[in-house]
Amino acid sequence: MTQPNPSTVQSLNERVLPSSVSQVGTITKYELVNYFRSRRFYVLLIIGLIISGLLTGLVGYYRPIGFLDSTLDFYLNWWGMSITFVIILSGIFYGGDSISGEFQNKTGYFLVGNPIRRSSIYIGKWLAALIASTIMVGIFVAITIGNGIYYFGFNVPYQLWESLGFALLYLVAVLGFTFFFSSLFKSSSMSILVTVILFLFGFSLIEALITGFAQIEPWFVITYGAGIITNVLKDPYPVTQALRPGGRGETIFAVTIPEGIAILLGYFVVTAVLGLILFERKEFT
Amino acid sequence: MSGPSIEAVNLSKRYGSFTALSNLSLKIEGSKCVGFLGPNGAGKTTTLKIFTDMIRASEGKALINGVDVHLNKKQALGSVGALIESPEIYPALTPREALSMIAEIRGLPRAEARKKIEEIVTEVKMNEWLDKKVGKFSKGMKQRINIAAALLSDPEVIMLDEPTTGLDPRGQSEVRDIVKDLKKKNRLVFMSSHLLNEVQEICDEVAMIDHGKLLVYDKLSNVTSRFSGDGSNVVEIELSREIDDQSINKNIASLGGVSSVEKVDSRKIRIHFTGGMQNQESLLQELATMKIGMISFRPTASALEDTYLSLIKDTL
Repeated sequence: MTQPNPSTVQSLNERVLPSSVSQVGTITKYELVNYFRSRRFYVLLIIGLIISGLLTGLVGYYRPIGFLDSTLDFYLNWWGMSITFVIILSGIFYGGDSISGEFQNKTGYFLVGNPIRRSSIYIGKWLAALIASTIMVGIFVAITIGNGIYYFGFNVPYQLWESLGFALLYLVAVLGFTFFFSSLFKSSSMSILVTVILFLFGFSLIEALITGFAQIEPWFVITYGAGIITNVLKDPYPVTQALRPGGRGETIFAVTIPEGIAILLGYFVVTAVLGLILFERKEFT
Repeated sequence: MSGPSIEAVNLSKRYGSFTALSNLSLKIEGSKCVGFLGPNGAGKTTTLKIFTDMIRASEGKALINGVDVHLNKKQALGSVGALIESPEIYPALTPREALSMIAEIRGLPRAEARKKIEEIVTEVKMNEWLDKKVGKFSKGMKQRINIAAALLSDPEVIMLDEPTTGLDPRGQSEVRDIVKDLKKKNRLVFMSSHLLNEVQEICDEVAMIDHGKLLVYDKLSNVTSRFSGDGSNVVEIELSREIDDQSINKNIASLGGVSSVEKVDSRKIRIHFTGGMQNQESLLQELATMKIGMISFRPTASALEDTYLSLIKDTL
């Protein structure tokens, strides 16, 4: 074994570490490699393709009027009714155990002992989840538009692009939320379970109870904010209506675009900050 | 002093009413290997985790090269390679990718990283597995990659938490050789271990901890001479031919510093002596001149084991 050259030792000490932004990029890159090599990406891809395939087959075979009445109705029924489900699945698949897995599977021990801020790890993993989920949404929108072109030609309504923008905003909020729960728990199954329950049943149930019984606008529920994804595909855009069926007062709430954007952004900011704080403070015991 | 250093300043860690670490103050400077010993739950891993910011100290500071790990993690750990417990690597990645990720985080230029990864993976004997997915690896193979990751950027401070865990005997021996080489490269190695033989073989100094409190930190020879039973060191001599009792009693027992001689079998004797390394050197010289067929002269772990047993009474 050769003796060390003093200048080599000195140069090691003087090596400049990459910026935190650059380290975020590194984490994102390798997280994506990990995603694309793992089964979960293909499972989610297959689920997305099955949903698209089912819709393609059913609409092609039954030709339902609700779908084929107008271009906007087609996109409302096809895209509007299924994209939130695809987004929630993406959030669960990519965000559910993203942070908790670092503790439970002990992969965090490989990363955290290095000269990198935990915030860089958190943001890098979040960006990777966003990119992977956006790819899923991209595949889904491409299949949707493909079918739309088949039935209605190249006349893609501008409302679909608005809806796509809101869907991506919802994706951002959902991932903020799933990362928060992932930071809250050390068990991957617990964080995934809570996310699944909340997004598939919990929020919808809360929204229905609050609007049905308390007659309060559920502005604090994320799924209510996500209503802009479908509302924008309706012509005219729905408005909150006070009804009096059978003499009993009832209000049907419709989230406006500014309200929806504010709710989704609010959820993202609050949960992202809380999730980051939790991850910064959580100990690898 | 300009060499690498790590320093615990009144370091404490409490989990509710349980104290894992109590006012640990320890300063290690220079290029050397320091063994960190203690029973299960003594606070060894807790200390190493605080030094790598995996957990926060309840009180006190952990400094690496004078930089507070908690306040400035990036700068403090820039010169540190650490292997804490047995990390898992993302199973879908190959060692090349996992190590490339660490290289990028640590700012190794791409060409240098590529070369360094090949070198370090060869050193840990994993070069044939460089492009296979980690998910299929055994525990020992993963541990080799973890060791490679800790050494990848040629850090001047290396913290190893029971690095030979999960390795077969050959792997353990290879890791010991790697650590010995690190000492020659002017690195500071701080290594926890349960294996006293391992520490005795490769470490220059030893720190013992129990119930979260530092019991002793000194040179290995000083610690063993201060605390082991009669204060003696022990060497085991193997011979190519049989030795009789008369030769043992007349010639060997009368050598300077020798307190007793024990005949293990007809070709192996154990010599207890005092006076540390100086006497050990002269003992070796004199035994060699006796022409008794000595084919090996090996300090045994018993002195360190005696020290350990005399200082640490409980196993938990």
